[in-house]
Amino acid sequence: MMGKEDSMENLSLEDDEKFTSISKSYSNYRSAMTCLSDSHHPLSPSIVDDSNDPLLVSSIQSSAIDDHDVEQFQNPTIISPPLNLEYLNITVSDPHKEIQASPSIVPGTNTYVTYLITTQTNLPDYGGTDFTVRRRFKDIVTLSERLSEGYRGYFIPPRPDKSIVESQVMQKQEFVEQRRLALEKYLHKLAAHPLIKKSDELRVFLQVNGKLPLPTTIDVASRVLDGAVKLPKQLFGESGNLIVPQDVVHPAKGGRDLLRLFKELKQSVANDWGASNSSIDEEDKDFLKNKERLHNLEQQLSNASKQAESLVKAQQDMGDTIGELGLTFIKLTKFENERATVNTQRERAADMKNVATAAVKASRLYRELNSQTVKHLDILHEHLSLMLGIHHAFSDRSSALLTVQTLISELSSLNSRAEKLETATSKIFGGDKSRVRKLEELKDSIRVTEDAKSCAIREYERIKENNRSEIDRINRERHVDFVNMLKGFVTNQVAYTERIGQVWSKVAEETSRYSRES
Amino acid sequence: MNTMQRSGSGSLQSPRSPSSQAPFLSVSVTDPAKMGNGVQAYISYKVITKTNLAEYQGNEKIVIRRYSDFVWLHDRLFEKYKGIFIPPLPEKSTVEKFRFSAEFIEMRRQALDVFVNRIASHHELRQSDDLRIFLQADEQTMDRARFQETGIFKKKPADLIQIFKDVQSKVSDVVLGKEKPVEESTPEYEKMKNYIFELEEHLAEAQKHAYRLVKRHRELGESLSEFGKAVKLLGTCDDDALGKAFSELGAKSEIISIKLQKEAHHLLMNFEEPLKDYVRAVQSIKATIAERATAFKKQCELAETIKFKEIDLNKYKLTRSEKLAEAEREYEMLKAEGEETSRRFDTIVRLMNEEIVRFQEQKTSDMGLAFHEFAKGQARLSNGIADAWRSLLPKLEAHSS
Repeated sequence: MMGKEDSMENLSLEDDEKFTSISKSYSNYRSAMTCLSDSHHPLSPSIVDDSNDPLLVSSIQSSAIDDHDVEQFQNPTIISPPLNLEYLNITVSDPHKEIQASPSIVPGTNTYVTYLITTQTNLPDYGGTDFTVRRRFKDIVTLSERLSEGYRGYFIPPRPDKSIVESQVMQKQEFVEQRRLALEKYLHKLAAHPLIKKSDELRVFLQVNGKLPLPTTIDVASRVLDGAVKLPKQLFGESGNLIVPQDVVHPAKGGRDLLRLFKELKQSVANDWGASNSSIDEEDKDFLKNKERLHNLEQQLSNASKQAESLVKAQQDMGDTIGELGLTFIKLTKFENERATVNTQRERAADMKNVATAAVKASRLYRELNSQTVKHLDILHEHLSLMLGIHHAFSDRSSALLTVQTLISELSSLNSRAEKLETATSKIFGGDKSRVRKLEELKDSIRVTEDAKSCAIREYERIKENNRSEIDRINRERHVDFVNMLKGFVTNQVAYTERIGQVWSKVAEETSRYSRES
Repeated sequence: MNTMQRSGSGSLQSPRSPSSQAPFLSVSVTDPAKMGNGVQAYISYKVITKTNLAEYQGNEKIVIRRYSDFVWLHDRLFEKYKGIFIPPLPEKSTVEKFRFSAEFIEMRRQALDVFVNRIASHHELRQSDDLRIFLQADEQTMDRARFQETGIFKKKPADLIQIFKDVQSKVSDVVLGKEKPVEESTPEYEKMKNYIFELEEHLAEAQKHAYRLVKRHRELGESLSEFGKAVKLLGTCDDDALGKAFSELGAKSEIISIKLQKEAHHLLMNFEEPLKDYVRAVQSIKATIAERATAFKKQCELAETIKFKEIDLNKYKLTRSEKLAEAEREYEMLKAEGEETSRRFDTIVRLMNEEIVRFQEQKTSDMGLAFHEFAKGQARLSNGIADAWRSLLPKLEAHSS
């Protein structure tokens, strides 16, 4: 207890700086949080045993989200399955530096990090229970892109940021650890989504070793090059415009559909999340109402999340300052005892020691309270980050609708041209060979476009349905999570402030003889 | 209520009525009031004296005093009672806008009350004429006295003078080729001086943290209040039972925020201020140490001078110079002065030894009380917070089902 002078210097107050700028970026917050929950603080007890304390509520009860220690990667905890008996447990561990086979153009990027992805499951599609693969961050990016293509209209959890700046600034180990945690959380969220957990994309990612099959390139540049040949003809409305109906399912991209791409781009720029004055006619009143509500929710969540960060910082500061005060008094106690010439000094030193010890204890309790608070209030951040997925799902819907409407207008212009051509040819006796040919081509285009339109409408309806079921799902989940958050937060506050009160009551008792309230 | 605890009364026994037999002197500083306007504005205080001592006119007297009057009293006592640790004054405020804040005024009033009471309960200081003037004189007499003193007895930082004098004597020593010790250096005294200087450092650090702790309470209160508001708004997004639960959380946060602000104030007045007072007391001891060093040096220098005078005297005796008579007279004067100086120095030493014991005792009880108030406040706060949150739990259970 007495030799704590050194620990004064070790008290890292740099963690404070991570909180000063109330971060708008989700990843900034996460990086700060990982530093907060470290247990190598000089004031923390040597053994932190949370599991046996009945007073501590271990927060979130949603199935897959959990906090793993690095040491636990060997024995992944089996999380009790929720309603059904299916489980999909994923662990990310063992970061490993690899050398890139082919030297890259950009200097300093010949190495990359891979992570060991361990899966335990009883889902039938997997055909097995335990799998292990090695994946790099690029693979996660690919996975998330494939998912957003394959699950349009669904609220897909956002993947971790690429955060190039952070990787330069932070220490390598810190960054790798932060990323490992982020990847694990991301995969847990995917596994918690009722549809995505059964998806092929996720399964392939978790099971199949080696390079992840790349998606069909969205590389507009190369498409433009090969579509450039056809562009003049397209612009002049001439033939050769073979639209494969399935292509309509995706928003216009690539050379073949440059024209449609431009049209849709112009429209989508006008579409804003908050703006309700889009020229696209969204007739579903319920949807509009839900959209409005979710927009409002996002604002309030953002505000609450920000205030939660401030609260956590203030609680942290309180704990730190009480701790510092305690350590100062410990030094003073030692000083008075060493230099005592009269007994009153020793008496005072004894009083001081009681206060100092209590202060150090209280400081520890504040720290523990705070790390629990972080876990609970984290739910606000989680749901805020889900908003991004919701944005994408809604824009999937808008772009699908845009596609339908574009095709409808194309169809009507094709039809009117065909009409004009028909009346023109009927006036000429015997027919104009070239005109007849043109008419035939036009009729072909119309047929193809009709098919495309049907496809697009089907796709749009599908996405609409996805949106709707997802809105229900997210509302339900949010309700459960928020209730747990409130209960957990309040229960923790009660438990810890009670204990802190006990610590101080004892000291008040011990010093009551000085009180003049007699 | 708390300030009364701290200052207490200056009596030897607690009085039952003003006309009891045992002598007592009880003072209180109250009712701060802003006087004047603009740059000239200042705060005046009521000083109420209750006593049965003969030297004082009547049983009760009320006078109006301002901060500079207290400074006058302090400086007079410092000049007259060398060796005694004069009770310290609260600092002069340098920040203009802070000067008239309610908190500052209350802190200052409390400190001034403690100051006067410490003087009134010190067995020697309470007998001073200056104290009597301070407690009794009408305002005009007080003003006159104060203006007189600013010229002659203007208090300069004793340390600064000491350093200056040291430099002076060292220079002259070097010039004259003398190496004489101008500092008293008995091992016990050295120990005491080191103790005082190191103690000040420790206490300053403790006071700094205590002040920060006050701020932390305020900050936590503010952020909890903001959090509560945000949570309430979040609750309006879902107009079901959950929304109500959020709203109640927000309301409780506000209540707890108020508790935190209250405790911040209590902490400031009853823990941080006593620590600051402790620091001031140590600084007062340092001033006395400087006075003692001055007295010691004077004693040494005088002894030197006397020695030289003796040599001269003997020389004159031998040569039967006519300067002998003159020299003898001077010698006698010097010897008398030397004795007086020695006497003064010895008094300082004796007093300091007594004072140190008194100081330690007083500080143990002052800090004991401060610790008690600190612990009591923290316990009250934590238990209050626990109770507030606990009352929310059954409601949360009801809403979630």
